[in-house]
Amino acid sequence: MLVNSFVSTPDLIRFLPEIILTIMGTFLMVMDPILQRRSSYAFGHLSLLALVGALGGSVYAYTEGGCSVPQSCPAFGGMLMVDGFATFFRVLVIVVGILTVLSSYRFLQREDAETSEYHALLLFSIAGQCLMAASNDLIMVFIGIEISSIASYVMAGYLRDDKRANEAALKYFLLGSFATAFFLYGVALIYGATGSINLSTVRGILMGPDVPSSVFIGLAAALMFVGLAFKVSASPFQIWAPDVYQGAPTPVAAFLSAGPKAAAFAVFLRIFMTAFEPMSASWQPWLFGISALLSMVIGNFAALLQSNVKRMLAYSSIAHAGYVMVALTARSEIGTSAAMFYLAAYAFMNVGAFAVVSHLSGKGERYQTVDDFAGLAQKQPLTAALLTIFMLSLIGVPLTGGFFGKFYIFKAALESHLVWLTVLGLLTSAVAAYYYLRILVMMYMHEPSKASSEVEPLSLGLGTALMIPAIGTLFLGIFPNWVLDFAVKSATLVK
Amino acid sequence: MSEIPISWFLTLSAILFALGVAGFLFRRNIITVFMSIELMLNAVNLSFITFSYKLQKVDGHLLAFFVMVVAAAEAAVGLAIILTVFKNRATLNIDEIDSMKN
Amino acid sequence: MQLWLIPLLPLAGFLINGVFGRRYSKSLVNAVAIGSVVLSFAWVVKTLLGVDLNTAHTEHYFTWIQSGTLSIGADFAVDRLTAVMLLVVTGIGSLIHIYAIGYMAHEGGYYRFFAYLNLFMFFMLVLVLGANYLVLFVGWEGVGLCSYLLIGFYFDKKIATNAGNKAFIVNRIGDFGFSLAMFYIVRNFGSLDFGTVFGQAAGKSEAVLTTIGLLLLVGACGKSAQLPLYVWLPDAMAGPTPVSALIHAATMVTAGVYMCARSFPIYVHAPDAMSAIAIVGIATAFFAATIGLAQNDIKKVFAYSTVSQLGYMFVGVGCGAFSAGIYHLMTHAFFKALLFLGSGSVIHALSGEQDMRNMGGLRKKIKWTFLVMMCAAVAIAGIPPFSGFFSKDAILLAAYAHAPWMYWLGTLTAGMTAFYVFRAMFMTFFGDYRGHQHPHESGPVMLIPLAILAVLSLAGGYLFKVPEFLRPFFVGVEEVPENFNLMIYSSLAGVAGIALAWLMYVAKLGMADSFAGSMKGLYTLVYNKYFVDEIYDAAVVKPLVGGSRLVLWKGMDAGFIDGMVNGAGARARNLGSVLRLMQSGNIRSYATWVLLGSLGVIAVIVGIASAGGIR
Repeated sequence: MLVNSFVSTPDLIRFLPEIILTIMGTFLMVMDPILQRRSSYAFGHLSLLALVGALGGSVYAYTEGGCSVPQSCPAFGGMLMVDGFATFFRVLVIVVGILTVLSSYRFLQREDAETSEYHALLLFSIAGQCLMAASNDLIMVFIGIEISSIASYVMAGYLRDDKRANEAALKYFLLGSFATAFFLYGVALIYGATGSINLSTVRGILMGPDVPSSVFIGLAAALMFVGLAFKVSASPFQIWAPDVYQGAPTPVAAFLSAGPKAAAFAVFLRIFMTAFEPMSASWQPWLFGISALLSMVIGNFAALLQSNVKRMLAYSSIAHAGYVMVALTARSEIGTSAAMFYLAAYAFMNVGAFAVVSHLSGKGERYQTVDDFAGLAQKQPLTAALLTIFMLSLIGVPLTGGFFGKFYIFKAALESHLVWLTVLGLLTSAVAAYYYLRILVMMYMHEPSKASSEVEPLSLGLGTALMIPAIGTLFLGIFPNWVLDFAVKSATLVK
Repeated sequence: MSEIPISWFLTLSAILFALGVAGFLFRRNIITVFMSIELMLNAVNLSFITFSYKLQKVDGHLLAFFVMVVAAAEAAVGLAIILTVFKNRATLNIDEIDSMKN
Repeated sequence: MQLWLIPLLPLAGFLINGVFGRRYSKSLVNAVAIGSVVLSFAWVVKTLLGVDLNTAHTEHYFTWIQSGTLSIGADFAVDRLTAVMLLVVTGIGSLIHIYAIGYMAHEGGYYRFFAYLNLFMFFMLVLVLGANYLVLFVGWEGVGLCSYLLIGFYFDKKIATNAGNKAFIVNRIGDFGFSLAMFYIVRNFGSLDFGTVFGQAAGKSEAVLTTIGLLLLVGACGKSAQLPLYVWLPDAMAGPTPVSALIHAATMVTAGVYMCARSFPIYVHAPDAMSAIAIVGIATAFFAATIGLAQNDIKKVFAYSTVSQLGYMFVGVGCGAFSAGIYHLMTHAFFKALLFLGSGSVIHALSGEQDMRNMGGLRKKIKWTFLVMMCAAVAIAGIPPFSGFFSKDAILLAAYAHAPWMYWLGTLTAGMTAFYVFRAMFMTFFGDYRGHQHPHESGPVMLIPLAILAVLSLAGGYLFKVPEFLRPFFVGVEEVPENFNLMIYSSLAGVAGIALAWLMYVAKLGMADSFAGSMKGLYTLVYNKYFVDEIYDAAVVKPLVGGSRLVLWKGMDAGFIDGMVNGAGARARNLGSVLRLMQSGNIRSYATWVLLGSLGVIAVIVGIASAGGIR
């Protein structure tokens, strides 16, 4: 649908987070020559400011923009849909951004890297993800994905002299663009079949009297699935994730495993729960179910054998994408809300775990193996305790967000009669306990390694970047209703 | 009327896309691989334009422009990444960029 | 009633000791750790005195989950069953905490030990107090975690860490069953509240209830170390002895029994599931007892004994004698805690020696320890009128009513139990001293808890008539008539076991060896615990890890491969080239996977869409 009128004020309000992030990102790049000599922290502070502003902006867009009333939140002629669902994911990716900034202060200083570009890229990437969360139009989705991805390609290779970071960036870039081309082809087919790229319009046409060929729509859906499954690192498109996460700087890996993934799942849900929903009943359980199962199996079993912690967390992130795919397989509003809740819990626990890895790894990220965690509990009991919380949540032990996330997901799956998927999913998650456990064993039951003896005291930024996710993880585990209520309320997507 | 049927354009678009995929899979020079991606995007652009023509709507053209802008941005970033890889490894053979595996 | 105060006190103890313990003096750590548990015990007593136990008292704190029609609260409840469990947990817990002061006095990480122990108490009390399956599950997972932390407490012992891992992983299998059971309950009952679920149980089909019952049994087998998931418990003895006594004898391992007894309204309508419990129980009881016959490590004997006794409790529950199962749970908590703590006292006296072949003649050197352990030994042997006799007898009676062969197997097991316990006693305390240490008696801080437990072991059966107390709770469960003859047989089996042990290990010393020699094959089999660990390793662990390695070709990190440019590396690459198709590190092959995946996705969607009829 084309924009026929001029841009109105409500449109701008509903676009506030993206506007703030983009302006601030540009500002950071412009200010580079002026501020660079003053303080290396200045850009971090500005970036935090922008993110907090964007956080406020998202909430403002939701409450003041009238979006809390369903059916009244489209912006720019329906290209954006700033409903509760969009706000949930906007807030989620912005919080991930805040945690990334906090854990990057010390990292950038340690690696002696330029700060302005890093933070600008981060802000752009988050702007793209916010756009993804809110877009209701396939070309907006595409632009959002590309803004988010292009910035993160650079971030993955941010340490220019690090061979592995280069390689990660190259792999991420080439394969990412490759997969996006598939997605785009899917968009073209939808456009050809329905004459529209607006999700609501497409849905209307698929429900209406002259439905296009289901095979043609199916082909388009398949191509879009490829692009999105790649972004969320779900099987069979998970192949890039281990290499990229391992090679990318740890704070960036943390960001990649939480932010873009959550935003891509938002797009996944919106496209498959609105536009394709009238036609997907026959194939969605199979396609998503198989993908979920493969992700859980490959992720968990491959992680069993890793000795590099970043690589292990990468495989674990594949497995967790699999759990969320289980929720998508359920193809219900309960499933949608379960996916939303899980992604929030996952963002906290995973960013937290990566932050600890970043803390321990030291200059040049020398220490990345499981053995390097030996004796951390003796040297830094607090860091070890926080990592324990994250690991327990990743395992899915009660009183943590990870437990409830899994609980809702498998409950949703059962309510959609996916017994086989529930049983196999629970079985793989029982296997998963083992590799997380190895880190706990190392930390608590071995004499300190070189890495944990050399580890520096927790800086303020990193400490905060650990405390917030830890509190979040426990909060989601003990009082899940606060987030769940909102997720349930916003799972009814505006169609 | 001697107009070329719509399906020909779409077939050409599909062939170009497939050529792009094949180029990605079978070429070893990173730059060529990257060009293959551009080819894939432009193949999709052809589809957009064709559909736009068929539907007599202008959105398809707009989409194509958006895709071109994005492709340009991707090219800028991509070439920069390729450059750093080349500086560090002095090779553009894609098969030699495989230090991380398993 | 402030039920929350009961678990909260140990939690506070954990937090205080965990955060500040490092800077505290030992006596302050003691005061916090023991004070919190003893106060908790006192609060339990006060609560139970002030409440009418004929109806369940539920306290609702907040709604934990509200999703759709399912509403799960953070609820605690107290009823007759909970009352028994609370008293056992806090009572025995207090005694063991006190004992631990003496036992752990010279160990490193003192505050850490007590912090974990308090945390364990917290989760155990949550488990017992929970008014729905989810709260119970919180405690269930929590105690498993603490158990794991405490088993691995001596982190310089490699065995201890491995044992911790084993415990955790085997328990995950059990938890898998428990989780499935919970999902199944939600699906069929729309609730996890004990009250709601049990109220509707009678109206559900037997198939549903049997499925739930069997899944819960899987969970219970993991936690309570029943066949085939018992393997972790004997290894768990690598932890400090007070932990063995508290967690791996008296409280945590009985959680499975508690959970099954708690779910009795489901089980009474699912006779097949109950039979399964009884069979698992009797098989475990017999199997573990045979292993116990040939162990030389004093703690290993009692560990297998625990597995075996837990089997008895399952027999009780499975035969419908729920109250007898809980009765045995309580008496077992008395005498097994005492046996462990006593053996801890022996080990302490011998500065860490655990092999009974290096003991002997200790009854004169550590007289008090000998006396209290003797009390426990007669109790576990089922000699009337000591505590074990009453509870074991109640179970065996029910077993006879259920299936006579179970009674006879149980009686045989009772004989073997008496034999191996007294074998341990005789090897430790009789004959001549065979070691080189200078045994010294433990201090009063260890002996006083032992003395209290000794009194309970002897008279506990009289003092606490659990079956009568629980009768109003287990409504609708048939009573088994008394049978004097059966009582005589099982007592005789106990006496016979003791006599045989006396004959072989005191009167005619060479007899045990010649016996072992004449039945060498069998002896080796039993001595090596039927090679179950080895079988599991070969049949489950190796294929799992090896399979992952083979299929996905993992196992070597990037740095290692980086360094592998020489011949060995090349060979490994060639070997793995077929298997390494997936994560080869090569971008083009990754793209091939993406393409293949895309074709697969297209095939699935287009295939299904066109099969559904092209519209």
